[in-house]
Amino acid sequence: MQTADVIIVGGGIHGCSTALHLALRGLKPILIEKDYAGRHASGVNAGGVRQLMRHIAEIPLSIRSMDIWEKIQDLVEDDCGFDSHGQVLVAEDESELAPMRDRVAELNLRGFNHEELIDAKELRRLVPAVAESCPGGVVSRRDGAANPAQTTTAFRRMAERRGARIIEGVRVDTVKRDGGHWYVTAGSEVYSAPVLVNAAGAWGGKLAAMLGEPVPLEVVAPMLMITSRVPTFIKPVVILRGRKLSFKQFENGTVMIGGGYLGRAYPDTNETDLDWTQLKNNARTVWDLFPIMREATIVRAWAGIEAKMPDDIPVLGPSRKHDGLFHQFGFSLHGFQLGPGTGDTMAELIATGKTNISLEAFRPDRFETADIGDKHEH
Amino acid sequence: MSFPESLHAAYDVIVIGAGPAGLAAAATTAEAGLRTLLVDENSAPGGQIYRAITTSPLKNSSILGKDYEAGNDLVHTFEKSGADRLAGCTVWSLDRERVVGLSCGGEARLIKAERVIIATGAMERPFPIPGWTLPGVMTIGAGQTLLKSSGLIPSGRLALAGQGPLLWLYAAQILRAGGHIAAIFDTTPLANYISAAPHLPGFVFSPYWIKGLGLIREVKRVVKIVTGVTRLEAQGKNKLQTLVWEAGSRTGSIDLDVLMLHQGVVPHVNLAMAAGIKHEWDDIQLCFRPVLDESGNSSIKGIMIAGDGAGIGGAESAAERGRLAAIDTVANLRPDALAQIPSRDNVRNRLAQTMRGRAFLDHLYRPSKVFRIPQDASTIVCRCEEITAGEIRASIAIGATGPNQLKAYRRTGMGPCQGRLCGLTVTELMADERGKSPEEIGYYRLRSPVKPISLAELASIPQDETAIKAVVRG
Ligand SMILES: Cc1cc2nc3c(=O)[nH]c(=O)nc-3n(C[C@H](O)[C@H](O)[C@H](O)COP(=O)(O)OP(=O)(O)OC[C@H]3O[C@@H](n4cnc5c(N)ncnc54)[C@H](O)[C@@H]3O)c2cc1C
Repeated sequence: MQTADVIIVGGGIHGCSTALHLALRGLKPILIEKDYAGRHASGVNAGGVRQLMRHIAEIPLSIRSMDIWEKIQDLVEDDCGFDSHGQVLVAEDESELAPMRDRVAELNLRGFNHEELIDAKELRRLVPAVAESCPGGVVSRRDGAANPAQTTTAFRRMAERRGARIIEGVRVDTVKRDGGHWYVTAGSEVYSAPVLVNAAGAWGGKLAAMLGEPVPLEVVAPMLMITSRVPTFIKPVVILRGRKLSFKQFENGTVMIGGGYLGRAYPDTNETDLDWTQLKNNARTVWDLFPIMREATIVRAWAGIEAKMPDDIPVLGPSRKHDGLFHQFGFSLHGFQLGPGTGDTMAELIATGKTNISLEAFRPDRFETADIGDKHEH
Repeated sequence: MSFPESLHAAYDVIVIGAGPAGLAAAATTAEAGLRTLLVDENSAPGGQIYRAITTSPLKNSSILGKDYEAGNDLVHTFEKSGADRLAGCTVWSLDRERVVGLSCGGEARLIKAERVIIATGAMERPFPIPGWTLPGVMTIGAGQTLLKSSGLIPSGRLALAGQGPLLWLYAAQILRAGGHIAAIFDTTPLANYISAAPHLPGFVFSPYWIKGLGLIREVKRVVKIVTGVTRLEAQGKNKLQTLVWEAGSRTGSIDLDVLMLHQGVVPHVNLAMAAGIKHEWDDIQLCFRPVLDESGNSSIKGIMIAGDGAGIGGAESAAERGRLAAIDTVANLRPDALAQIPSRDNVRNRLAQTMRGRAFLDHLYRPSKVFRIPQDASTIVCRCEEITAGEIRASIAIGATGPNQLKAYRRTGMGPCQGRLCGLTVTELMADERGKSPEEIGYYRLRSPVKPISLAELASIPQDETAIKAVVRG
């Protein structure tokens, strides 16, 4: 039997970040990953590092993350491919702009200033290719994008260097609690620690249910496409509100097209199917809005397996059922940016017993009551 | 050319690839009355072996050989069968629901079938020697395509290097067409003659024995042959100028305009892998091949693979494997029509005959490690992203454990070729470096589109998705 201070289930950006931050606080974590670190959502996502349009409850975590992203090289000795050319939310007409105005005003009242309302002129300066008729939008200037696989791999590597044990290729099958200790069986080994972190991503719901704390998690497969190279025409990441679209041009000219269209997920076999009837809609939106893209070719497409909660915010924080159990999953298609700051927060919570960041909105038992909070689109 | 009006919204059978396997399969299912569609990206049927069989400018059949003419029979039988054919049409996706993504003349469609038979054949094994990316260095497969479809033979000083039946066939075809070959560098490892020897009896009874020996003799009469070659390096500033070679202790160099490389073919797995079909490592043929039952059923219900895509067997066995897949399809979808098509036993027997001698060829032409796993650090492995063997080894040293992890370090396999030109090399190099088997290391996870599709084509898929409704059989 192998013992540690903390056992983390899952080697996505969240598990790896928590492992690194625990190790930096002098604790000895063991991270167990059934495939390899970054194999799933954390390695194949769109790489969007976005504070823009976050649920209010997520903003403090998102800001804490952003502070880390801006010094990511210092933390993991890898630039993670991070750039910050901003993220822009485009309003296609006045009716879309009005709620954006309200939202920015509300954020300002609460003391958050990262989202900034922009007019048509500034929009065109930031995104010259956008249609003339768009009246404005919102920009978050510190936002940007990073390379997801490179990032998760860098966190994994640094966690190991700082003393975490990373075990890949074995799945956690059973978990028992006895005399204040968790006993975790994975492969032919048993691991034991007083603290357990469920960072199992799309499989987090299964693990939570096994521990007697079920949550309504849906396993989904968001899809992305990459085009051939086109002339450089866009720096920031662009998001649309009305029609589903997100858009990012890389330095080499290729463009990533996303927007949250879903394929089919088979979490038991790690497989996904692309749904081209959905991706077709994605292509049509691009065709309509960006004439410059009409000559482009789709060279690659893929999907990742991701957890989605009914209210689109994660399950995060201490279990309401067991001592020594913490959840960190259910990031609902936007958990990549949150990885660095959430790991830091979790490590703080585990090491010191408290954190200044309110995790109330993320309680695992919030779904037991009828009120699941206001539905938030992203 | 775009989609014809007569195209149905769904088919009983879609056959992908119009080589011998695909032609035979589609003809057989159509003869049994199943609504069949044969799709191929070339404008004329024939596949690689019978490329341009109906359109080749080389009317003189003595150049391409008698075997090439065998393709005519397959094409005629197919044309009489009543199957629909989409020529010049690219298949860019296939999923486990058997929805096939097609593009043709700037438009795309999604069409569903009860059965899909993949007959996309083989592709040439990568041949990563130093300098293989220089202009002037090409593959024999590419050379043969030019010869068959346009009657072109390379101009300037030409040498061939590598091994395998196709090398000798192409050399003979070049000579017959009036071309000149300065030298052939035979990379067949000398030890292979010993490991192949036990399989010789089977080979002696195969049709390849006489034909193969005849070809080699025909070529050897006029071309200088260097055997037992152990190292090749193409050199030149902006294009190929010199080939430097070693054969054991002998060394030399030769000035060239064109160098053509070939070390055998391997199953073209991209579409099958993207569909999610299970594959395994074949340690004799040194490639991944799909896990199939005797009829060609894959790990996904309703998707079959026939021909060289199922494991290399050559043209004659490909046609028989196409028929076997078709018979299984008919047995499942329209059993009362089985009497109208060849019996399973007959086809099985013929298949066994055509496979005689295969073991000998597999062992004799098993390529040497030095030509599969680049030894020089500076040799390019991934041509799209220009990643060298040295860079891959360095990535392994800092934690890359397999081809998919390597993408995060080097973007290998993420360019337009989708790993066709580097996949096997990367798997074998990583296996070698990490002391694991290629099976353990695995291959790139492939996804559709397996061929690029334009944004315009994708946007053109009709809104009304009758196309993917279940097929109604009449
Ligand atoms: C296509 C796509 C695009 C996206 N785009 C963005 C974006 O632009 N910006 C953004 O912020 N977010 C984005 N996301 C969301 C983001 O990727 C995820 O929210 C985030 O990566 C979740 O990280 P994780 O560590 O919780 O989960 P994961 O990365 O899924 O990690 C969980 C790990 O746990 C392992 N595991 C599960 N069960 C067990 C077990 N029993 N034993 C051992 N190991 C186990 C799994 O193998 C997995 O590796 C996107 C997601 C997808 C799929």
